[in-house]
Amino acid sequence: MLSISNVDKRYPNGLLALAGLDLAVAEGEILAIVGGSGCGKSTLLRLISGLDTPTAGTVGLEGTPVRAPRPEIGLVFQEPRLMPWLTIDQNVAFGIRHLPVVEQKARVSETLARVGLASHVGHWPRELSGGQAQRVALARALVGRPKVLLLDEPFSALDALTRSDLQDHLLELWAYDRPTMILVTHDIEEALVLADRVVVMQPDPGRVRVEVTPPLARPRDRLDTEFLEWKYRLLGELDHASRRKTGDETFPAVAI
Amino acid sequence: MSSVDSVAVPSRGAALPPRRVGAKWLIGFILPLGLALAWETAVALKWADGRLLPTPSRVIGTLVGLARTGELTAHVLATLQRVALGFGFGVTAGTVLGAVSGYWTLARRLIDPMLQALRNIPSIAWVPMFILWFGIFETSKVILIAVGVFFPIYLSLSGAILGVDRKLVEVGRIFRFSHREMITRILLPATLPAYVISLRSGLGLGWMFVVAAEFMGAEEGLGFLLVDGQQTGRPAVILASITAFAVLGKITDWLLASVSARFLTWQDSFKAAE
Repeated sequence: MLSISNVDKRYPNGLLALAGLDLAVAEGEILAIVGGSGCGKSTLLRLISGLDTPTAGTVGLEGTPVRAPRPEIGLVFQEPRLMPWLTIDQNVAFGIRHLPVVEQKARVSETLARVGLASHVGHWPRELSGGQAQRVALARALVGRPKVLLLDEPFSALDALTRSDLQDHLLELWAYDRPTMILVTHDIEEALVLADRVVVMQPDPGRVRVEVTPPLARPRDRLDTEFLEWKYRLLGELDHASRRKTGDETFPAVAI
Repeated sequence: MSSVDSVAVPSRGAALPPRRVGAKWLIGFILPLGLALAWETAVALKWADGRLLPTPSRVIGTLVGLARTGELTAHVLATLQRVALGFGFGVTAGTVLGAVSGYWTLARRLIDPMLQALRNIPSIAWVPMFILWFGIFETSKVILIAVGVFFPIYLSLSGAILGVDRKLVEVGRIFRFSHREMITRILLPATLPAYVISLRSGLGLGWMFVVAAEFMGAEEGLGFLLVDGQQTGRPAVILASITAFAVLGKITDWLLASVSARFLTWQDSFKAAE
C-alpha cells in the first residue's frame, strides 16, 4: 500500500539523512521504526507525510507518489501542537474543516468521545494535562479517517504510566477502522507493544539495519518472558546501530 | 488564613468570586493620591513653597477654570483629533508593511533594510522637513505622529510573523491549508498578542509625538496649552496640561487594552491565572 523505494534525503547543509532506503508497508499494518537520535527516522516520517520531499527515490501511496501532504495521511507529532487560541473541539475540527458544520460537530464529538475527552468540549488547550493534550492531537489526526496514520515519537514527552496507558489506548483507536500505522520511536518496549513489524535504523547515513516481525500474541504483556527476550534482542541491535555512529568501533566513546 | 481558598483552582464555568476585584483596581490610586496629598499638606503647612510646583488643588482649579470657558474642551478635541488621525495612518501603514515584510521574504529584503535605517532617525529630526513639505498646519503634525506610531507596529508585527512557531505552521501544512487559511487561521491569531502590545506602545508614542507636533506651532491643543503656560510663566497651566495628557493617555490605553483582551482570553500567561 505504501512503498518507499530507493529514497535519499540530503539536507541543504550537505547532511545525508537517509541513503537508499527501501520499505513497503501493507494495508492495516502497524510498523514501528526505532533507532537512536540522528538515524533519520523522523526525516523518513516527514517524507512519508509529504512535509518534506526526498532528494532521490519515491514515496508512493497506493501507486501515486507523495509530494505534498495528503488527506489520506494523518500525522501526530511529538508535541500535541494544538492551537492555543482554539478550544479543544475547534482544534479537532481543524482536520475536517471542509465538511458542513453540522457534520463537523458530530464527527468531532464522536472522535473526542473515542479518546475519552467528550466532557472537554469548549475547554482551552492550556487546561489539559500532557496526556490529555496528546489525546486531542490523536483525535485531530483521526477525525478525518486517514488511511495512514503516522506517529512521530507521540508519547515520548509523557510519564511512564501515561505512556503505557496511551499505547493501549492507541491500539483501541486503531481497531475502529484499522488504518495503516507507522510509528517512529526510540522506545523498544513501545515498538514491541504496538507493532506487527519493527524496523531498526542506523545512522551515518540513515538506513535500515534490521527488520523483525516478532511472533508475539496480542494483547502483548510487557512482562512476558518472550516479550522481554525480544526487547533485549532489539536493545542489542539498537546499541550496535548507535555505536556505529562514532565511526570507529575499536574506540567506543567512553566518558571518564 | 484563606490560603486553601486561593490555591483551589476554580472549575471551568464556575464564576470567580467577585470579592475584591474593585479593591485590586483601586490599589493603583494609592501612590499618586498619597503623593498629591503629601504635597498639598506640605505647602499648606508652609514647609514648602508651591510657586514652582503648584499644589494639586491649584492644578485642579486651573483645569476647572479652563473647562468653564470651554477652552479645555477645544484643546482636548484638537489634540485627540491629531492623535486619532496620526494613530490611524501609522497603524495602517505599520500593519500593511509589517505583514508584507513578515510574510514575504522578497519584500522583507527589499523594504526592511531601508526602514531599519530610517527608524534610527529621531522622528523629531524630520520636523523641519515636514514643515517645508506639508506646511505648518495639520498635515505635518499628523504625519509626524503617524511616523512615531508606525515603527513599533511595523517592527513587532513583522517580527511576530517571522517568530510564529514553525511547529504550528506545519500542522496547517499537514491539513493542506491555503495561503489564505494559513494567514487567517494560524498567523493572525498567533501574532495577535504581540500586535496588541505594539498597538499600545504605538499609541503611547502617538501621545508623545503629539506634544512635539504641537510645539511646532499650533493655535490650540494641549501641547499649545503647555507652551502657553511656559511662555506666560504659569506652572499651574503647564501642570494642568500634563495632567490632561496623563488622563487621556491612560483612558485611551485602557480602552485599547480592554477591547483587545476579549480576543486574547485563550492566552496561557501567568496573568490568566489571576
